[in-house]
Amino acid sequence: MAERSPATRRTLWLVLTLVFAFLYIPIAVLVALSFNEGGLPTAWSGFSLKWYASLAGNSSILSAGLNTLIVALVSTAIATLLGTLLAIGVEMRRQYGKGLEALIFAPMIIPDIVLAIALLSFFSMINLTMGLHTIILAHVVFNLAFVCSVVRARLKSFDWSIVEASADLGASAITTFRRVTLPVILPAVVAGALLAFTLSVDEFIIAFFTAGAGRASTTLPMQIYAMIRFGITPEINALATIVMAVSITALTLSQRLNRGMIGQ
Amino acid sequence: MSQTRFRSSLLMAPALLWLTALMVVPCALVLALAFFRRGIYGGIDYTFTLENFGLVFNPLYAGIFLKSARIAGTATLIAVVVGYAAAYAIAAAPRRWQPVFLFFAVLPFWSNYLIRTYAWIVLLNREGLVTQLLRWFGYTGEPPSMLYTEGAVIAGLVYNYLPFVVLACYAPLSRLNPELAEASRDLGASAMTTFRRVILPLTVPGIAAGAVFVFVLSIGNFVTPALLGGGRFQMIGNLVYDQFLTANDWPFGAALAMALIAIMLLVLMAQALAADRAAGRAAQTTGGGDG
Repeated sequence: MAERSPATRRTLWLVLTLVFAFLYIPIAVLVALSFNEGGLPTAWSGFSLKWYASLAGNSSILSAGLNTLIVALVSTAIATLLGTLLAIGVEMRRQYGKGLEALIFAPMIIPDIVLAIALLSFFSMINLTMGLHTIILAHVVFNLAFVCSVVRARLKSFDWSIVEASADLGASAITTFRRVTLPVILPAVVAGALLAFTLSVDEFIIAFFTAGAGRASTTLPMQIYAMIRFGITPEINALATIVMAVSITALTLSQRLNRGMIGQ
Repeated sequence: MSQTRFRSSLLMAPALLWLTALMVVPCALVLALAFFRRGIYGGIDYTFTLENFGLVFNPLYAGIFLKSARIAGTATLIAVVVGYAAAYAIAAAPRRWQPVFLFFAVLPFWSNYLIRTYAWIVLLNREGLVTQLLRWFGYTGEPPSMLYTEGAVIAGLVYNYLPFVVLACYAPLSRLNPELAEASRDLGASAMTTFRRVILPLTVPGIAAGAVFVFVLSIGNFVTPALLGGGRFQMIGNLVYDQFLTANDWPFGAALAMALIAIMLLVLMAQALAADRAAGRAAQTTGGGDG
């Protein structure tokens, strides 16, 4: 951009500093408190891992963690497969209707609470007992939309004539997919899967509505919500730190694999 | 050609079936529910009625809609002003640093929403960090009550959605042709005029996208009001929640959800309109510049 006066430049740096402080101080405080021996925000009483140890001994958190992992892994696996096939199917066509576009886009913009109550009504109307399986059914809905959009972005620059060339040279459709299409889209598929995984791990409202009665299918976000409503405890800080570390790691990986998804 | 179409349909079929069975049908069902009566014991009485939609306009509930719109509107305004400033500053930073700044501006957005909201309880509660900080500066009075207020809800919403505004505004700002601003200045326009007449109009699509995102996600929000507004604080999302999980009036809850969708669609249409008009103006500014 054009040259700026030193005053303007100082102002711009100030804006950046303030915004980053606003974004990161709340998180940094949480992380710091999770290592605070006394556990209280009032005073620093020394570094300690005892709140992490107490998490490891909390059976309801461990089972919620296991549930979350099951839901995230299964819904990610299904969504990655369906979303990738959908992306290829859509991009293969030279033209497609607005209706199709809207249907694929809808799960990303529909308010969570609306999808949550819709699924709750639907499951109870068809008398389906709710549990982890219904959370998985629900999570696949938005996960496949996100996987599809990441893979489609990659396919936009894909040269379909190499698929035709492969077919002309006698390769079967399966071989062509395995040897030509898949290697090109693989980074996007993995990036989409990582994104789906984090979305599922963090998703609260839809899981809350489709988990059914009882505590057996409580997921981590549901557990965290219940703990927060109950009051502030040092354990939440430790749990929050772990959950954030997991999703930030997955997202950073996803970003590296698929430049351009979070960035430009 | 027809073989391609057939293959494409085959590939899309599983996902489209999934979306139809678990999104389209359930949403249609909720729409239908809104036209039925609530049963005496909380079930659904299958007689047609428009009462539920009438109830949405009842002053009590219309008030909650207005309050939700006011809170979402305030959060949107703050997020857009702050987010635009941040995006502007990032776009003005040295080229090689821009992706790094952008990445770190967006990173919090991908961490758990509940946790980011909870962080504000830690900051704002009576014995929280803000109170400690005030004491440290010599404040001795009662701890200020900041948590469980409308302000806390707005702060939570701005905090959660700011990264998206930065992302949405950065895109058009980074594509801005610097020669346009230089030309404007060479022609004698002040920095303020250049910003108002040249830069701002060209970046309206980004602002609109960011604003719509914050507004739509804020007005239907349920977690932030529940955690930062306190137990009795209600926005539309909480009202819908109550109808389904405590009051057991599903038809009314469904009507509320439909009203939420209607608001969302209106806002999206307004955005499309704003983007169109901005595109028209941009064409005038950049294309018809020799006049």
